[in-house]
Amino acid sequence: MTQPVSPAQRQQQQDGQVAATATSPTGQPGRRRLGLRPDVRNLSLLGVLAVLVAVGGFTKPEQFLDSSNLQLVLTQASVIGVVTVGMTFVITSGGIDLSVGAIVALASVWATTLATQEYGFAGILFTAVVVGLACGLVNGMLIAYGGLVPFIATLAMLASARGLALQITDGKTQIVTVDSVLDLGIPDSYVLGIPPLVLVFAVVTVVGWLLLNRTTFGRRTVAVGGNAEAARLAGIDVRRQRLYLYLLSGLCCGIAAFLLVVLSGSGQNTNGNLYELDAIAAAIIGGTLLSGGRGTIVGSVLGVLVFTTITNIFALNNLQSDVQQIAKGAIIVAAVLVQRRTARDGET
Amino acid sequence: MPETSRRGLLFGTAAVSAGALLTACTSNEPKKQPAADNQPAAPDDKPGKKVTIGFAGPQADHGWLNAINENAKSRAEKYSEVTLEITEGSNDTAAQIGQVQTLINKKVDVLVILPADGKALTQVGLQAMKAGIPVINLDRIFASPQAYRCWIGGDNYGMGLNAGNYIGEQLKDKKNAKVVELAGLDNLELTKQRSQGFADALKNYPNVKRVARQAADFTVESGQAKMAQLLQAQKQFDALWNHDDDQGVGALRAIQQAGRDDFLMVGGAGAKAAMDAIKADNSVLKATVLYPPTMAASAIDLARALGQGKGVGGMSELEIPASITLYSAVVTKDNVDEYLPTGFS
Repeated sequence: MTQPVSPAQRQQQQDGQVAATATSPTGQPGRRRLGLRPDVRNLSLLGVLAVLVAVGGFTKPEQFLDSSNLQLVLTQASVIGVVTVGMTFVITSGGIDLSVGAIVALASVWATTLATQEYGFAGILFTAVVVGLACGLVNGMLIAYGGLVPFIATLAMLASARGLALQITDGKTQIVTVDSVLDLGIPDSYVLGIPPLVLVFAVVTVVGWLLLNRTTFGRRTVAVGGNAEAARLAGIDVRRQRLYLYLLSGLCCGIAAFLLVVLSGSGQNTNGNLYELDAIAAAIIGGTLLSGGRGTIVGSVLGVLVFTTITNIFALNNLQSDVQQIAKGAIIVAAVLVQRRTARDGET
Repeated sequence: MPETSRRGLLFGTAAVSAGALLTACTSNEPKKQPAADNQPAAPDDKPGKKVTIGFAGPQADHGWLNAINENAKSRAEKYSEVTLEITEGSNDTAAQIGQVQTLINKKVDVLVILPADGKALTQVGLQAMKAGIPVINLDRIFASPQAYRCWIGGDNYGMGLNAGNYIGEQLKDKKNAKVVELAGLDNLELTKQRSQGFADALKNYPNVKRVARQAADFTVESGQAKMAQLLQAQKQFDALWNHDDDQGVGALRAIQQAGRDDFLMVGGAGAKAAMDAIKADNSVLKATVLYPPTMAASAIDLARALGQGKGVGGMSELEIPASITLYSAVVTKDNVDEYLPTGFS
């Protein structure tokens, strides 16, 4: 690939190779694409994160480098992190899920209604997951079999799930009274100093990585995102694959909703506000192509960590929200620019 | 002056009864329905002529706004001669303008408008006034006094002031006392007013210094997240003022998670959960500064009085006043029983 080609063309060529080698995971192009070698984009993102850690350590050494602060940053990354893992799959397949924040809201308020609190821990967890899956199922059916564009279908879900969440709560905050749920968010429950929320996030990340990089499901996702028609000709049931992907995103939202309930001790219809934008931004910064065909779980998780660390450093330095927003925007642009440069240098 | 006294007597009767109703919402109310009031209309307050009141408010996606709607509805039901035309709440300026215009076209007698954005809704307020429909502007104020007949709302500056003075009094014997502020949505004018009042109050106490301020989004989730960061940043401080009791649920959760109890916390708005916590006295939350949603019920009273050409009880005025600002009382363990019935959930 010494000829100057546009990223889209390059992507298509690669996807053609992926589709061709989909059944032989030992194939060289496949290997490279499957992420055995550390990705230069991820390395540059790690660099950004290292700079941020240096800034935090330099400006507020005592607070930032404290172990409880590390726990805090990871805990705050967990909820949006789990959502981002699901989003990464959807974007890799060439789709988009704008409804994640609304699904988190709906799942969390349904899971914290008085009825579920009678059934305790299991009732709340079960409800959150089932509501997430149900919303994902509706999204998936509309997109895969109803022929709706993902943007429109999930936008409709965004509106209706938020509306439903508001209807269930009647604008009120639903406070959780189940101790076994609340205790999960208290330091006494930390396993080896790791908050349970962070453990869940880690498990979802590892499972997500394996699923995307080590299974037929993952290769099909990449193939559908790269070139859906080629994927169909290669024998992939594209529609069923799409259905599964939105189900997966819904499942992640359900898990995230449960984590949020544990974290905040309540359900509110405003939960998950703007998660869709945060998750998309983290995935894009991580190096997942918005046009589909390329996705990286590690990159997405690094993207989430970059955002959470920025927020943490801002708060520790007592910066006001206007400054925070401006700086956040600048850092997104800077991160993507740095990444595109390193990615280009690394590939050509 | 026989004529004046006759008129005075006439208005006085109506006014006294209206006053009784106005005060009813802050005094003893049945425990069954905390946010609103079940107080029957005063017996001597005979139903006047029929009044149709149009009510347009923002989307009730927040405990306080929800309480506003409930207060307005339940108060209107108290009056047999009052019909309430209530529109779907919306945070979209254009949508709310459309809703108000619909109410104007329906030719309601009086309009009560709680705009999502006071400045943006000013024009439609003017339009209503020009169409001969008097407007009661509820809480978020229009940019022009011509756009409303009467404004009734809370005192955001006073909220900050009273919170600051309460905290100052609690810490007055402490050297180098540190205070932390968890503000609400920074892009709302009211948040700036609350912070300004708070800063001004702290000037009365030279030993007390505000060491940090972070803005949250009025939600439980943001309250938890921002408070967790604040607690990390400030390893030791003496008092916290949190602008909003809804986000306070999250803030209290973060405090519990961090295992901190070395400071006192003052909330804002007056949620029932906050008042329950103050009464139980088992957390850092020791007080909350009111921003009473009962103002919606009072707005209905005023709209009715306006529609029937009455004044306000207990005052010499023949007309309803041009503006009424509610007082931001500080609710502590000592007086919580008195205010608990107005707490919203």
